[in-house]
Amino acid sequence: MSLRIVVTVKYVPDATGDRHFADDLTVDRDDVDGLLSELDEYAVEQALQISENSDDDVEITVLTVGPEDAKDALRKALSMGADKAIHVEDDDLHGTDVIGTSLVLAKAIEKAGYDLVISGLASTDGTMGVVPALLAERLGVPQVTLLSEVSVENGTVKGRRDGDAASENLEASLPAVVSVTDQSGEARYPSFKGIMAAKKKPVESWDLSDLDLEAGEVGLEGAWTKVDSATERPARTAGTIVKDEGEGGKQLAEFLAGQKFI
Amino acid sequence: MAEVLVYVDHVDGAVRKPTLELLTLARRIGEPVAVALGAGAENTAAALAEHGAVKVLTHDASEYADYLVVPKVDALQAAVESVSPAAVLVPSSAEGKEIAARLALRIGSGVITDATDLEAGAEGPVATQSVFAASFTTKSRVSKGTPVITVKPNSAAVEAAPAAGAVEALAVTFSAQATGTKVTGRTPRESTGRPELTEAAIVVSGGRGVNGAENFALIEALADSLGAAVGASRAAVDAGWYPHTNQVGQTGKSVSPQLYIANGISGAIQHRAGMQTSKTIVAVNKDAEAPIFDLVDYGVVGDLFDVVPQLTEEINTRKG
Repeated sequence: MSLRIVVTVKYVPDATGDRHFADDLTVDRDDVDGLLSELDEYAVEQALQISENSDDDVEITVLTVGPEDAKDALRKALSMGADKAIHVEDDDLHGTDVIGTSLVLAKAIEKAGYDLVISGLASTDGTMGVVPALLAERLGVPQVTLLSEVSVENGTVKGRRDGDAASENLEASLPAVVSVTDQSGEARYPSFKGIMAAKKKPVESWDLSDLDLEAGEVGLEGAWTKVDSATERPARTAGTIVKDEGEGGKQLAEFLAGQKFI
Repeated sequence: MAEVLVYVDHVDGAVRKPTLELLTLARRIGEPVAVALGAGAENTAAALAEHGAVKVLTHDASEYADYLVVPKVDALQAAVESVSPAAVLVPSSAEGKEIAARLALRIGSGVITDATDLEAGAEGPVATQSVFAASFTTKSRVSKGTPVITVKPNSAAVEAAPAAGAVEALAVTFSAQATGTKVTGRTPRESTGRPELTEAAIVVSGGRGVNGAENFALIEALADSLGAAVGASRAAVDAGWYPHTNQVGQTGKSVSPQLYIANGISGAIQHRAGMQTSKTIVAVNKDAEAPIFDLVDYGVVGDLFDVVPQLTEEINTRKG
């Protein structure tokens, strides 16, 4: 038996950097360093663990849609231990919204061939958290999402989804789309050996024509949503800071009473 | 007047507060028609009518509890086809966002998630979102199809606006995908008696400075004196001091209460992403240089083990 896992990853602007919008109201990627979205590291990690715990012949492909620099994200995932990578890159993808992104990813996943898709819980820039559900809808396979525990055995994926009201145990037959949370297990650091090995691993580049997609189906023009404005949030006006000299709690209570919270 | 579909989040017929907030926003765009699914769906009607629902479409089937997400998408799609609404509004829970996204794709519509406000506009509803860890505010709209928008808790006030709220049965045919992901077990979360974190008017959080699971009793006591929910920073959760369900921040919950009290939390970007839109922010921290103090309306530089108990006692005294 073989198991083909596709891990979707995103190259995002560093959340600790000074993130901005470009003039066309897309995310400015030029003035901030980019990296593999932290939450996608958990997806790569779970793919590796599934592989390590499996008797099957497991092949892990990492897939990203993004600009030239997005190769850095793929290289990081390869250095963690993924086997190969696919980079979907096309100038016409600039400004693609979530619906369009899910279209491109789904086409690429189908072309790559898969038994299991694993995603992170959300990107750290868009933070919508809906790509896995959209992929399941497009691929017509079960969504087993937001898992804090995941296992694959005999063609079945099982996992635990910790929701607000309850913790649910889920089960579905492969092929399926899974997403994992940051509770699923700490992601490993790439070893020196892993980093060296990653340099030799194959990275395929596909453009829209490789996926039988037209420019008008994606990009800013093809988006089904439109951002009309983006305004920097005004800095909060400086508040009152007091040093506790023994009455700090009472002073704070006085402030809260003044604001009618008590 | 155009109808606006509102997806109802309820527990056995008890409507959760974010749904009532959605009714307030829906009334800005048109006439709210609620969609309530699963056990107790019909019992939601009274509360929904009181807050402006002209109609309540209901359907109950075991599939809603036994299978993940898709049966609810099927039902909401049936409601869209029957009503032809001007927009579909869904509470921004993890499940709500998944339902909304799949629905949007099926009906050929754009989707916006995590709106913090909604207004009627010339080209359809305009959604306000808070992005990049709340450092930017965007205004967006759906430019294709019937707008599907999820709205975060605490984005609008709950308003009484009595309407008919007539219950109508919704006809639903489940798709082939509906039974794809089986829920084989469910463990309800134990109730703490405190408000739900994302819905609470006041949130009291603890971080690295709390320094141990047992010390969270101090945070809980302060929360209880104010009728608040308890939150925790990622550092506190990763250390195993408090459950992940209470985590505030990028990988946890995003909250926007009237009052947020951060105790022993430095205020890293990860945390700020989850609380920066709170109306009033207060912090207690030993380190005068902690970035959290850049956000506060009132800050106390001091040891939380001195300040928090004194604050709790003072609040309890003032309440008499």
